[in-house]
Amino acid sequence: MKVFEEALTGEEISGPPSKSDYLMDRSFRGIAMLCAWFIIGVVGLLLWEIGYKAIPAIREYHIGFLTGITWDVNKQVFGILPEIWGTLYSSFLALAIGGFFGVSMAIFLTQDFLPARLALLFRTIVDLLAAIPSVVYGFWGIFVVIPFIRPVADWLNAEFGWIPFFSTTLSGPGMLPASLVLAIMILPTIAAVSQDALRQVPYRIKEAAFGLGATRWEAILKVILPTASAGIFGALVLGFGRALGETMALAMLVGNSNQLSLSLFSPGNTLAALLALNFPEAGEREIPILMYAALVLLLITLAVNMIGTAIMSLSSRQMRSGK
Amino acid sequence: MKKLGFISLVLVVLVNLYSINLASADEKLRLTGSGASFPFPLYSAWFKNFSKVNKNANIDYQAKGSGAGVLDFINRTVDFAASDAAMKPEEIAKVQGGAVLLPMTAGEIVIAYNLPGNPKGLKLPRDVYPDIFLGKITKWNDPRIQSANPGLKLPDLPITVVRRADSSGTTFVFTNHLSAISPEWKKGPGAGTTVNWPGSDKFVAAPKNDGVTATVKQTPGAIGYIEYAYAIGAKVEMAELQNKTGKFVKPSAESGAAALATAQLPENLIAWVLDPEGEKAYPIATFTWMLFYQQNATPEKAKILRDVIEYGLTEGQKLSPKMGYIPLPDNVVSAVRAASKKIQ
Repeated sequence: MKVFEEALTGEEISGPPSKSDYLMDRSFRGIAMLCAWFIIGVVGLLLWEIGYKAIPAIREYHIGFLTGITWDVNKQVFGILPEIWGTLYSSFLALAIGGFFGVSMAIFLTQDFLPARLALLFRTIVDLLAAIPSVVYGFWGIFVVIPFIRPVADWLNAEFGWIPFFSTTLSGPGMLPASLVLAIMILPTIAAVSQDALRQVPYRIKEAAFGLGATRWEAILKVILPTASAGIFGALVLGFGRALGETMALAMLVGNSNQLSLSLFSPGNTLAALLALNFPEAGEREIPILMYAALVLLLITLAVNMIGTAIMSLSSRQMRSGK
Repeated sequence: MKKLGFISLVLVVLVNLYSINLASADEKLRLTGSGASFPFPLYSAWFKNFSKVNKNANIDYQAKGSGAGVLDFINRTVDFAASDAAMKPEEIAKVQGGAVLLPMTAGEIVIAYNLPGNPKGLKLPRDVYPDIFLGKITKWNDPRIQSANPGLKLPDLPITVVRRADSSGTTFVFTNHLSAISPEWKKGPGAGTTVNWPGSDKFVAAPKNDGVTATVKQTPGAIGYIEYAYAIGAKVEMAELQNKTGKFVKPSAESGAAALATAQLPENLIAWVLDPEGEKAYPIATFTWMLFYQQNATPEKAKILRDVIEYGLTEGQKLSPKMGYIPLPDNVVSAVRAASKKIQ
């Protein structure tokens, strides 16, 4: 205690902040606050702008817009249930596939399976996937993925057609090719963020696990993965958010047909594709309706992110309380 | 010292660039247009060649789509626009100072198909192809298709219909034609830039002409409607369609011209060839329009626009067949030339 008091009175070590220190501190604080509020303001403005333009459509179509299954411009009947279903279904499928491969890849690249140089090469290649434009993915899907999975899909439909997931034949574009390409598109995001999470696991924890006699796989599955779970979960939420909003590749691969089907081979539709394809030629009557659809997509994305954050904080609290 | 030299070099270059820009801005007249994507390859060739000859004019055209072009035109953000669906009377009424709509070129819409073994010359009777797009005929070996094609061995394969996912002039023309020949189509999906297609997992949609073309090419058993220009570019098989006189006609520049020759152009030059007469006429052909203001900002702009039209009507028409478009019939050319005098 005495030492502390001495330090407080000692002139060289500490003193009241000078005017410029004070000014610096305050202005930095101000700028940081401004930036933070600016981002919140942009989100608010976006919601307000879209919501405001959607008001006429919300008044006219109410909640029936969300449960209708027809989109007929000529008869002015609009419903987006197939689009909502397609958006969620394709994103979940992509998350399941992309999440599995992304996390596996992150483990493979961080847990000393490869020499450091080779791991760096792999990491660069995976990151490169993020740089490929969406349209290129779309064409790759049409010309490579669809012909590749066609025989498999036909066989599954012929042999296991009674399972709802395989109940239709693949005509070309459809949920499965769309989800496969989407999975590859979200892979770099999931792999990169998961790698960061895994690398942040303190080396001591790993050493302790080995010290207790755990095998490599026991250490990875029972110690390292749970420790990094909050970060990995964050990676999955990010990937899911990216999948929800992906547009061009899906517009080219999903078939854009208003179908409500569990079948992986059936064509479907997504909200982002609907918006992208209808905006350029939308008339004055349709713009509020498309804005309504955009609002729904925005709210779905917000909800997913919020639920994700909630689960993440819950799980990390559990971790800390020693469960 | 070296660094300074480099900086001064950059400065000199920049100053020069700037002055060149200034000079050209003084002399060159910039015209902007937007609209239909279907005639874009042809129009951009026209404008490039025109600017080579007329060094004082520079024309930019953005292929945003017919609907967007009409909107830009009404809002006066462009000097001209282009549309496959012309303009509705209420849209024309919104244009201050009056609009002049001129058909500048024409095209055909073909039914492209993909069958194992690539059989050529599939014939589709006029009561059959509307039913395919209504989802009533679902197999390639349906007796109604087979009986029209005794020479072809058609497979037991489901028909996958590929349609446009975005709203488009191509869909507008195609669905108008189907409405004209099939009462059931008219009652059901009807005609428009987008329609409500039958709900079936064998109907898929792809964006733009290239998207539909690629999907048809990659899907065995697919059928889809695309512009002739895209079909010959991608070398897909095109069906012969039965016209009003009962003859099966292959899509080509000649059969398209035969269809357009039957068009009766009214005063406003908006005419649709929904179901042309004539033995050699291919059934689905259409004009595509450029939209101009009667009153332009300056007389110079109006003059350049009239020159562009004249170029399009003379030299421009010679380019059309090579690029998959149909040259305008002579009576249409003279009618357009006369109407272009209204652009002032």
